[in-house]
Amino acid sequence: MSLLSTYSGLFLSAFATTIKLFVLSAIGSLILGTFLAMLRVSPVPVFRAAGATYVTLVRNTPLTLVFFFFTFAYPLLQIVKIDYVTGAVVALTMYTSAFICEVVRSGINTVPVGQAEASRALGLTFTQMLGSVVLPQALRSVVPPLVSTMIALLKNTTVSAGFSVGDAGAIQASLSEDGANMLVGLSWVAFFFIVLVLPLTFLQRSLEKRWSVAR
Amino acid sequence: MSNVLFDVPGPKARLRHRILAVVGVLGVVGIIGFIGYRFYDSGQFEPQMWEWLQYTTIQEQLGERVLATLKAFALGAVCAMAFGAVLAAGKLSDHAFWRGPATFIVEVFRAIPLLIMIFFFYFGLPAIDIKMSQFTAVVLGLTLYNGSVLAEVFRAGIMSLPRGQTEAAYALGMRKTQVMTLILLPQALRVMLPTIVSQLVVLLKDTALGFIINYKELLDYAKYLGGQGQFGRPLVPVTLVVAAIYVTMCLLLTWLAVTLEKRNRRNKKVKGTNADTKALDDVAIPAASQSM
Repeated sequence: MSLLSTYSGLFLSAFATTIKLFVLSAIGSLILGTFLAMLRVSPVPVFRAAGATYVTLVRNTPLTLVFFFFTFAYPLLQIVKIDYVTGAVVALTMYTSAFICEVVRSGINTVPVGQAEASRALGLTFTQMLGSVVLPQALRSVVPPLVSTMIALLKNTTVSAGFSVGDAGAIQASLSEDGANMLVGLSWVAFFFIVLVLPLTFLQRSLEKRWSVAR
Repeated sequence: MSNVLFDVPGPKARLRHRILAVVGVLGVVGIIGFIGYRFYDSGQFEPQMWEWLQYTTIQEQLGERVLATLKAFALGAVCAMAFGAVLAAGKLSDHAFWRGPATFIVEVFRAIPLLIMIFFFYFGLPAIDIKMSQFTAVVLGLTLYNGSVLAEVFRAGIMSLPRGQTEAAYALGMRKTQVMTLILLPQALRVMLPTIVSQLVVLLKDTALGFIINYKELLDYAKYLGGQGQFGRPLVPVTLVVAAIYVTMCLLLTWLAVTLEKRNRRNKKVKGTNADTKALDDVAIPAASQSM
């Protein structure tokens, strides 16, 4: 406890950075991931191929390597200068969006084709079909794995600690400079991550339970 | 292609698709061209930047680092499977005495970021005089984390089997251990293999976290090589080559998963459980994707 009260400022600012990274890259990767999923289900083969290539490449690259690229290699290309936090958000967004794309795509694919055909036969317009038949069903199978992806993203933000960002993963470095007890410090970091992840897990479980009955 | 979102295209839609295809090709070529131009403009395509590839010493060292990555992967994979099997057995146990702790361990280790665990072992434990090498810390982290994810996969695999299998086995007078080892595990393993292998891909990728605590693996070598002045600090080319190595290793593993799955499908014995394979996917995908 004494360690926590001594370093409360450090913990607060570090976890604030973690949450900032999480929220920014969550929004970014949801947008980019949905866009990629649109590419992957589009009727134009070029778009499908482009989306598939991106997803295959990014899913098979370690996140640490993506960070490595944006921290060390990217500045040498002299495109647009970005600071470490922006670099971390870009890396997390690019990485997570590939996973979100897969989740959304498989969610759309779980809706049987007959559903769309039946709604067309009933004379629904494209928007009506999407809004009242296809998307409500797809959403049910998308949201639980989407929450999992978000939990993974929250945990992945710690990787940025290795690349000059002062997030929760970097608490360790500041503590070691002060010679504080690292065992206690890191246990607190782990504890706070469990506290952050638990509500998301509960949300996921309750959604899964409620929707599995309705289906 | 039959897709829930689109009708079969008519003449007008086909024309529109062709126009979009041209736009798409132009867009992709534009993006790749811009990146290529930036590479060219900042001198990344200079022959000097790629010279390092020709040195045998560097090739050998690169090979050694790939081996270091694979070593952490292999040991981590074996230990994680063993740990996962123990935890799964605990979670499936009839006794709350085993079930409770196993569930608790799985939930806790799945919620803590892997990097924090590795930090805990490498920086935290020396406070109580337990010192370990970077390699041990990485492998231990990988084991605990992926073990708890795999435990969920194993449990879901066993639960996905039709209940009749267990009931029939008990009716034949088998004991609990016999039911598990003779009836449930052989069937469940076939169903679970693809999910297990994709979790192993995750484990392989996570070995790169060792870079952050200076475990001498592939990415660590990339940073060392990229800083070498005599080759003109070839950080960008090195990153590209290392990325290619990682992608190739992961794709080989994924390819293995696909091949295994195909062999499964051909096998008539498991045909009856195909419906359950789907059920397993529904359960396992959230668990698996949680671990990237």
